[in-house]
Parts: sequence; C-alpha cells; structure tokens
Amino acid sequence: MVLEGARARQSKAFFQKLLIYALLLCGTIIMILPFLWMISASLKPNNDVFEFPIRWIPKVIQWDNYVDIWKKIDFLLYYKNTIWLTLVVMFNSLVTSSLAAYAFAKIPFPERKALFLLYVMTMAVPFQVIMIPQFVILKNLGLNDTLWSLVLLQSFSPLGVFLIRQAFMGIPNELSESARIDGLSEFGIYSRIMLPLSKPALSTFAIFQFVFVWNDFLGPLIYLTSDRNKTIQLGIRKFITQYGVEYGLVMAASVCALLPVIVMYVIFQKSFIQGIATTGLKG
Amino acid sequence: MSVPPKTKTRTLTQSNRITAYLFLLPNVIGFLVFTLFPILAAFGLCFVKWDFANPMEFVGAKNFLKLFRDDGFQVSFWNTLYFTIVSVPLTIASALGLAMLLYQKVKGMKFFRTVYFFPYFSSMVAVAVVWNMLYHPTMGPINHVLRLIGVQHPPDWMTSVVWVMPAIILMSVWKQVGYYMVIYLAGLQAIPEQLYEAAIIDGVNPWQKFRYITLPMLSPSTFFVSVLLVINSFKVFDQIIIMSDGVPGRAMYVLVYYIYYQAFQLFKFGYASAIAMVMFLVVLVVTIIQFKFEDKWVNYHSM
Repeated sequence: MVLEGARARQSKAFFQKLLIYALLLCGTIIMILPFLWMISASLKPNNDVFEFPIRWIPKVIQWDNYVDIWKKIDFLLYYKNTIWLTLVVMFNSLVTSSLAAYAFAKIPFPERKALFLLYVMTMAVPFQVIMIPQFVILKNLGLNDTLWSLVLLQSFSPLGVFLIRQAFMGIPNELSESARIDGLSEFGIYSRIMLPLSKPALSTFAIFQFVFVWNDFLGPLIYLTSDRNKTIQLGIRKFITQYGVEYGLVMAASVCALLPVIVMYVIFQKSFIQGIATTGLKG
Repeated sequence: MSVPPKTKTRTLTQSNRITAYLFLLPNVIGFLVFTLFPILAAFGLCFVKWDFANPMEFVGAKNFLKLFRDDGFQVSFWNTLYFTIVSVPLTIASALGLAMLLYQKVKGMKFFRTVYFFPYFSSMVAVAVVWNMLYHPTMGPINHVLRLIGVQHPPDWMTSVVWVMPAIILMSVWKQVGYYMVIYLAGLQAIPEQLYEAAIIDGVNPWQKFRYITLPMLSPSTFFVSVLLVINSFKVFDQIIIMSDGVPGRAMYVLVYYIYYQAFQLFKFGYASAIAMVMFLVVLVVTIIQFKFEDKWVNYHSM
C-alpha cells in the first residue's frame, strides 16, 4: 500500500515535470519563432518569403540580401551614425552621471537632499510631456537634424545618477575618509576608489543606455530628418516604404539591426537581468 | 562623519559646496536645460497657440476646451485606454505564469529565461516589421495556420479596423512579457521556503498554495508591475507608427501618436502640449488611485 502510494506520487511528480517542460517549450516556441522566421526570410528570394508550409532552411540561400542592403540604401551610413551616437551617449552619460552621483553620495553639502529629490521627481515625468519644449530648445540652438541633438538629450540621465548613487552609497564612508586623510583629492577618490568598486552598477547602466539608444525610435524620428543623419531604426523603416515588396531585404536589415544588441546581451546578460530584478524589488 | 571644530564648519561647508558643485556641474547643466526647464515650459506651452514660424499667442484654456470637440483626440484617448485595459492584465497574467513555470526548479532555467527575455531588448522596429509580415492577411503564416485549423475567414489583422488593436496588443504583450517575468521571478525568490513547508504539512493543495501564499506574497511585485505597465501603456507609440501604415480610419490613433502628429506634422506646439499635459495628468491620477488602493490588497511581508 505504502509503496504503491509512493509510486503514484512519483509518477504524478513525473507527469507534473513533463507538463511544466511542455508548457515552457510552448512558450519558447512562441517567443523564438518570429526571430527564426526573420532569419530564414532574410536568406530567401522575395518570392519564397511567404512560402507555406514554412521552409525554415531556404531552397536557395540568398546571401545577396545581406549584400544588397548596403547597396540599395545607405545602410552603412545609418550603421555608423548609430554606433557613433550610442557610444558617445554611453560614454557621456557614464561620466556625467557618475560625477554627479559622487557628489550626491559622498560630499555633504547643504542643498544635497533637495537637489536629489528634484532629480528623482523628474524621473516620473514621461518623455512625451517634455519632448515639445526640448525640441524647441534644440531647434533654437540650431541642433535639430544633427546627431548632437540626441547626444545632448540623452547624456544627462537622472536615472543614471540614481542608479550609480545607489552603488556609491553601498561603499563604506571609512574608505573615502581614510583616503582623504592620506591626502587623496576628491577627484582621486572618485576615480581611483569609487569607480573601480562600482563596476557592476556602471556596466548595468551602460548596457541599459546601449540598448535604449540603439533601439530608440521616437527620438531619431523627431530630430533626424535628412538622410545623412538617420539611424538604423529609421533606415529599416525607410526600407519598408521604398522597397515595400522586398521582404527579404527588410528582414536582412532587421537582423543587422538586432545583431549588436544581441552580442551585448550575451556578454552582459547577468548584470542586465540583475539590474531589472533589483530595480523591480525596489518598487 | 567626524565633527570638526565649530569655527572650521563654515569653511568646510563652503569648500564642500564648491567641490560638490564641480562634480555636479556637467550633469546639472544638462538637467536644468533639457529636463527641468522643459518641464516648466511644458506647462506654459499648454496655454499658447504657436507654430514656431509665427509669434506665440496666449489663448488661455482654449487648447483644453478644444479637446472636447476634437474627435481625433477622443478616438486616441479611447484607443489608448483600450490598449491599456486589455494589455495590462494580459501581460501580468502571462508574466506571472511564465515566472511560476520557471520557478519550478527546472533544468535549463537560464536558457528559458534568456529566450523569454529576448524580445524585450530587441529593437521595436525590427520586431514590429516581422509581426507585420506574420499578420499578412493572405500570405502571413498566422492566417495560414488559422485556415489550417479550420478558421474559414481569418481576420485581416493590420488592415481591419476591428482586429488591428488586438493584433498590436498581442505583439506588445509578446514583446514585454519577459521583462515583467524577471521582476516576478525576483519576487518569487524572496518568498520564504518555510511558508510552503508549513502549508504542505497542513495538507493544502497546489491551488490553495498558489492562492493563499504565492499570490499574496507576490502582491508587492504585482503592484509594482501594474503601476509600471499602466504608465508604459499610455506611452504606446513605436509599434503603432511602424505597423499601422495604411490602416483605414483612425483605429490606430493613440495619445502619443496624436501628440506627435499635432506637434511634428501640423506644428501645433501649443495644442500638442495640452494633449501631452492631459495624458500626463491622466497617468498621474491613475497612478495615485493605484497607490490609494495599495494597502487594500498589497501585503508587505516583513520576514
């Protein structure tokens, strides 16, 4: 009797596991299929893209799609623009945010609390509310339709100040105090003690910025009007309207737009997920 | 902090202040010019008529009154609400479901987590373009499959006034579910194991375990997720403008799209600002309501 009960429990547990894996696999298929289809379509001649039943590995593998996208539109220029924009914003925002974070975390000054509160409060205001005044300011500065407009908008992230300040707060004050006594300047403490000790937070923020700037659509849509300034995200869209029927090309361009983010993600996966999980818990 | 002698305090404060502001300078300048000032300016712009080319004209509350007669705005408002009301619960349910599945100590958890998270960090443009093709009414794989399982007349998805919103919602849930799943996973990991052990001794069934332990213990995560989701749903834009090319009528008008349209296509900066302000206020009110009801159902356990 007892043995039978145990066996029944065991097989029940087995079926439970089976069910869980079946569901997980279903989920996996739903999540991954559009990407597989994208890759597969990117290697097909136009007529075969909508073939059904879907032929996952194309009859004729058309690598030409990946060659053509660079020829038919100025994809290389868009790519360069995007890389430049992403790297500059990433670098700038790391520098400005971490400097400010140091003041907020480690230097006691009278207006510290009030100013930081102001920073945190503005984080709640959606971009859409301030995008019109921002546009007017940048237009008055003569910077609209330049990549610099986006650099200026995205280099001073209150979120970055917030995230990096949290990391600096976690570093014991004794460390900076003793360095101060040893005669290290404030900038020395910042660059030689604080920055190296908060690498995880810095890299989390860097990836957040990378993914955000690389994938940003509304910003470039508003600011970048002439062709020579466009980013990849706008470039793909141009593909659709101009070469609406050439699906293989659109898909090849999409794959190329995804590639750098995927590489970033694979390298920094852990801190990315960590970052989301911790911001999630803080709520 | 050590307390320095009284006479030195002032000079110390002064020098601290100077150092602090030197550190803050690069960020604060940008913050003032590109964040704080625009926020203040946004309030002002609501009350003017301005197309950039002509001088600004103060019109008082006219922009706001105009909203009541503008059915483009009203359609956008209801569409945004439609999107929010359907996509938020759907995302919560699927994110929670996935997190529960992944929490069952399965092998390959890292793999599954990566896969589910994959769409979230992908570019919306690339993803929206693929989905547009998947939704293709005659040749798209989705309708092929639907026909295969006996649906005689599958929807025209992106060209149908009725089906375009559900199509966009489905795609949006698919894209964002991984992010919220990660938040839920973190929440699940914070539930103390003893609670479940005690429950098993008391002989509760799995449903009761979920209903009376997991769900209440997860309520802070659910609260956070729902606040975030509502705010983000009101900002829906990218997938709409990318996918809705050629959609009949105004089935795809949403608030941000309408703001964008008024500001950057018609150059009605004042009117667009008024719409943006209304959107902000609505989100603010909804968020405040969510916080008001917080203690009714959110249970902050102290373990």
